[in-house]
Amino acid sequence: MPYLLDKVWILPAIMAGSFLLILFFGKKLLARFGEKATASIGIASIAVCFILSLFIAGQWIQRVNHPPTGADMAAAEEACLGPSEVAAEEMGVEVYAPAEHGEASHGAETEGDHSTEADDGHGTSEPADGEATTSDEHGAAPMATGESAAAATPTAAAAEPAAEEGHEEVIPVCASMTWFESDHIDFEVGTVLDGLSAMMLFTVTMISLLVHLYSLEYLHKDVRFTHYYAFLSLFSASMLFYVLSSNTLQMLVGWELVGVCSFGLIGHWWEQRANTDAALKAFLTNRVGDTGLIIGVVVLFFATGAASFNVFFQNQQALSGELNTTLLLIAALALFWGVTSKSGQFPLHTWLPDAMAGPTPVSALIHAATMVVAGVYLIARMYGVFWGGLEIGDSSIHYVAFIGGFTTIIGGILAFVQQDLKKVLAYSTISQLGYMVMALGVGAWTAGVFHLFTHAFFKACLFLGAGSVSHACHHTFDMREMGGLRKYMPSTHKTFLIATIALAGIFPFAGFWSKDEILAGAANGQGDKAYTLMLVMGLITAFMTAAYMGRAYYKTFRGEYRGHGTPHESPKIITIPLWILAVFATVIGLVNFPGHIIGAVDDAGLAHRFEHYVQPTFAFPTDLEVAPFMYWLAGLSLVLAGFGLAIGIGYFAKGEPLKGMTERNPLARIGYVFLEKKYYLDALYESGIRDTVVMPLARAAYWFNMKVLDGIVNGLGVAARKFGTVLYRYVDQGVVDGAVNGTGLVSEESGQFLRRLQTGKVQQYGALLFGAAVILAAIFVLTNAINA
Amino acid sequence: MDLMLNQFLFLGAILFCIGVYGVLARRNAVMVLMSIELILNSVNINLVAFSTMWGVASGAVFALFVIAVAAAEVGVGLALVLMLYRNMRSIDVDRVDLMKG
Amino acid sequence: MDFTSGQFWTSPITYMVFVPVVGALVMLLVPKANETAHKVLALVTSLVTAAIGISILTAFNYDSAGELQGVVDTDWIPFINANWIVGVDGISLPMIALTLLIVPLCVVYSWDHIPSPGNAKAFLILILVLDTGMLGSFVAQDLILFFVFFEVVLLPMYFMIGVWGGENRQYASIKFFLYTLFGSALMIVAFISLYFLSGAETFSMIELPGLAQSITHGWQLVIFGGMLIGFGIKVPMFPVHTWLPDAHTQAPTVGSVILAAVLLKLGTYGFIRIAIPILPEAARSYQWLIGLLAVIGIIYGALCCLAQTDMKRLIAFSSVAHMGYVMLAIATLTTFGINAAIFGMVAHGLITGMLFFVAGSTKERYHTLEIKRLGGLLKQAPRMGWILGLATMASLGLPGLAGFWGEFPAILSAYDPTNADYSTGFFGVSNLVLFRVFMVVAAIGTVFAAGYLLFLFQRVAFGVPSEEFEHEPIPDVNRFEWIAWVPMLVLIVVLGVYPNLIFSVTDSTVAPMMQLAAGG
Repeated sequence: MPYLLDKVWILPAIMAGSFLLILFFGKKLLARFGEKATASIGIASIAVCFILSLFIAGQWIQRVNHPPTGADMAAAEEACLGPSEVAAEEMGVEVYAPAEHGEASHGAETEGDHSTEADDGHGTSEPADGEATTSDEHGAAPMATGESAAAATPTAAAAEPAAEEGHEEVIPVCASMTWFESDHIDFEVGTVLDGLSAMMLFTVTMISLLVHLYSLEYLHKDVRFTHYYAFLSLFSASMLFYVLSSNTLQMLVGWELVGVCSFGLIGHWWEQRANTDAALKAFLTNRVGDTGLIIGVVVLFFATGAASFNVFFQNQQALSGELNTTLLLIAALALFWGVTSKSGQFPLHTWLPDAMAGPTPVSALIHAATMVVAGVYLIARMYGVFWGGLEIGDSSIHYVAFIGGFTTIIGGILAFVQQDLKKVLAYSTISQLGYMVMALGVGAWTAGVFHLFTHAFFKACLFLGAGSVSHACHHTFDMREMGGLRKYMPSTHKTFLIATIALAGIFPFAGFWSKDEILAGAANGQGDKAYTLMLVMGLITAFMTAAYMGRAYYKTFRGEYRGHGTPHESPKIITIPLWILAVFATVIGLVNFPGHIIGAVDDAGLAHRFEHYVQPTFAFPTDLEVAPFMYWLAGLSLVLAGFGLAIGIGYFAKGEPLKGMTERNPLARIGYVFLEKKYYLDALYESGIRDTVVMPLARAAYWFNMKVLDGIVNGLGVAARKFGTVLYRYVDQGVVDGAVNGTGLVSEESGQFLRRLQTGKVQQYGALLFGAAVILAAIFVLTNAINA
Repeated sequence: MDLMLNQFLFLGAILFCIGVYGVLARRNAVMVLMSIELILNSVNINLVAFSTMWGVASGAVFALFVIAVAAAEVGVGLALVLMLYRNMRSIDVDRVDLMKG
Repeated sequence: MDFTSGQFWTSPITYMVFVPVVGALVMLLVPKANETAHKVLALVTSLVTAAIGISILTAFNYDSAGELQGVVDTDWIPFINANWIVGVDGISLPMIALTLLIVPLCVVYSWDHIPSPGNAKAFLILILVLDTGMLGSFVAQDLILFFVFFEVVLLPMYFMIGVWGGENRQYASIKFFLYTLFGSALMIVAFISLYFLSGAETFSMIELPGLAQSITHGWQLVIFGGMLIGFGIKVPMFPVHTWLPDAHTQAPTVGSVILAAVLLKLGTYGFIRIAIPILPEAARSYQWLIGLLAVIGIIYGALCCLAQTDMKRLIAFSSVAHMGYVMLAIATLTTFGINAAIFGMVAHGLITGMLFFVAGSTKERYHTLEIKRLGGLLKQAPRMGWILGLATMASLGLPGLAGFWGEFPAILSAYDPTNADYSTGFFGVSNLVLFRVFMVVAAIGTVFAAGYLLFLFQRVAFGVPSEEFEHEPIPDVNRFEWIAWVPMLVLIVVLGVYPNLIFSVTDSTVAPMMQLAAGG
């Protein structure tokens, strides 16, 4: 069993512990020992996590090199698929293929003609390769693996390069425990460790560590230093929890937890209304997207037919081709609606630029490198669902790819009109996220994830560089008050330039490799169809990215200084993280060095390492095609990027020859205003939806409540009282009391009459007595006489 | 003997009527009392007469009771009359109408 | 102690239910002026009750949580065949635990928060009487017994609102009283109809589920309808919810907390415990209507929240929305849904209770709850501000906090209701389609929830204090508030992290019950 891989929960646990420590003791430590004491808790924790994640990444590489076979593999597979068959019928779920289920749990990739091999005691160790290998080769590979594993492991290592053609199936390491049970279904919480999550662990912990260090200076003497570090820890914990999730429910939890950290950190300086508005906007926009995520998770839960949230199980089911494709499409689109908000895709991207209200290190960590890629990660993780639902392999355009491409363009355009350095970077982030989504949309899985990886470094570098600039320039981000900083801040300048070039995609910096893979993926397409529209969009963006970054670079670092005071270079604690990131931005692209360029590299097993270790082989589309490196495309994009950079810098170096065009040309003015207003999307959401639909509706509902419902209730009350009054006055006082009074009156009247008889004279009484006696006697006698 | 009974009964009836007349008509309270005595005695006569006729002693015993009660009654009655006189300086029953409704 | 069954005088349930009343009687003997003695007495009483309750919770056999345990069955009113039947199972257990927790905390909070016009004696006695009523309702297994305890709760609450309430307390208390009484009247009629029409002449909730099948469908609908209104008022369900905002707004803090945390649960508990198991057939006929009213409640409550200017009233309306999720979960008539509903009830109790506590303390400090006039709570009383933040986050259903586990499973269960093919009265659409629409609407409801709660938090906690209160000393959370709040906050987090604490208890009771209900 691989050491530590099944205990990765330690990482989020460490960060959660750090959060609690800072929460409860941070203030006291700060008061007694100063800021460093408080921050050191967070820094130490994240440093431990970083070291662990390096170790974990190494372990994973080991595992890919020596994948478990036989019983180990079957056990790992079972651990990853979770308890899927339980009580499906009790939930009333339609189980699509219950009879074949036992077999399917051995791997969805097991196609019909391999079913004999599935029974051979070793489980399946079948190539899950996208390259067009013939079925004969398919048959051969598992045989070889089985033998080599049985013989000796070193042989397997020697056979490594050969496996390049057909990846062996490497089962992720999963661990889980019961989270809760309902309807006798166990809902699990667990961790998944595979190439994707190991990569994310590395990225998140590394950038988080650098940001932790950087913030020590950047937030020096901040009013809420403790609060800031507590949130950083919580964020790291949530993000790690999210990337390690083994099921969609857990992902939903992590997803929203990072959202709330983002909320807290955007609103870090909550005294200003603008900051809290931005925080609210971020949270609410994400909530709008979350409805999609929630619905997607629910639909998938039922659609996959076994009442399980397990990601691998769901992917496997989605790829098995047995599910209702409409449901799968709905699920994929609903999930994508969640991605749309979290990863800033059109039309829910509007919160991201506003989120720049938070402290800059936070923007680097959360709103550039990690949290915003959660959506991209979701697509990557649930790729089977997207693949099956959107039929990526058999299409040349679909919603996800199109939205990705569209976002990348509109984000890029808006980056041109920003005067705020951070906003330029924010729109650039939107654009790059669109790139990643587009990549995943066109089936270039590795390219998309690889871009996520490289982008994290150079974009974090840019943001932190912007922070450094602002630190020097009296906390402004307005590029109109910058310029010429090259002279004052050499380190910041150099690192920013490196990252700019990397983002622009100039050979051999990181961005070049990942961007090129995406373009190749779009050009190559899946099946026999190319994603031509996406390729065009990608190329346009390649040009635009270079151009707006050139502009931002020039306005910030070249020309003459336009601000006041004398800017100064930031201290080492800020520049060192910048340099580390710059180095990564330079070389990290080589981890997926395409072997086709130099044949020798191929043999040494150094080509496509990223793809080799990160791209899943389990519960993953088998017919995914990985595009080869294309010289013409790389050349074209390089030319476009270089051209863009030249225009971006040259335009300002020449003194802005077109300046004033917006005043002269009405068409240009209209265009400019349209961009300045961010396509009026904010106006649509705020005035269009919030102010004219939701709030009046709210007031109407409340009016209904107070006037109609409460009116009825109060009316009933009043009517009851009125009725009571009537009842009292006429019935009670008139009839009932009348009867009572009447009785009294009658008695009185009769008394009045009778009192006359009572004279008080004994003799009169006597007379009456005797008279009566006489009458009685007479009656007696008479009746007697009659009877007789 | 039958004729004898009738005569006693007649006597009793006459005495009773005289007594009733006296009670109703006389204004003097003492006379009223005396008339009551007459009524009682008429009853006594009847009792004794029937008792003799049936040859049973219970009638005579009743008569003796009545005489005893009448004696007490006269005692109380005279005392009342005396008190009436003391308070009202008159024993005219017409004037005693304190109980008038 | 053998907890499987017992006699009246030996059963801990008896003592748990009546200790508060005994405590209240003792307090009657102590002179009014000695307030400390009253507070101590009330606290001790509630703690003793809680201790007995905890002994029940520990004696409870969780392996067979599906069975009714600790059953006591003795004659009570033989004339109408109403017996003293009590018992505890997985459904009542969480509610009892919630009550046992909330009442001592309310007493602690009251230590220095006796609302005007004072009189700690009467106030605390009312709390203890409420305690008996609530606990009794949750253990009762006889309809008449349940009804009696249900009504016992009513009067103390009426006085609490009417005497210690805000400016408009007269109106609110009478509205509360009449509304609830109206519901009770229909409820008792329904109970009596069950008694006679089932032919069994029994009020036992244990026996009735099997017996009520003999009632004709039409009568079942009528009886269930009576219960629907009776319990629905208590929940409160749209459109009979209008007593709630007034009662909550006017009630003293502790009253609001108890009202939100426990009293509202009596309604939903009634559905789960009485209406659905006894009349499953009618429940299936009403299913779509309950679901419809529930989602209307979700959206409607949220919209009303958005229109509020008063903090307490906003929280009150949020209850309508949140109980909408609980009712939606109940309406699915699935095990999953009922589990979610019970979790939602506990979560809502803790979270909304917490929100009312904070609102009460805010009112005490600022003497207003007008959202426009507040602001900068985080600046003046940072701890209270963050507690409000946690409570709002929990209330809007943030995963990792308790609220999520009421909300998300409710939405999940709505995807797949029982009786999916049933053609409803709603244009003849099938249940399945209708509930899937409900699911989407409920999911959209979460956006609104975030909207109004964050609006509240932003305006109250963020920003700087208005000029009015700028220089006023606003004390942060004090000792008694800490003691009262910390257990609730801890539970909100713990239940959010490990929801199985409740799900594992309820599941084994709900599953067989729903199976029985589905089989009929």
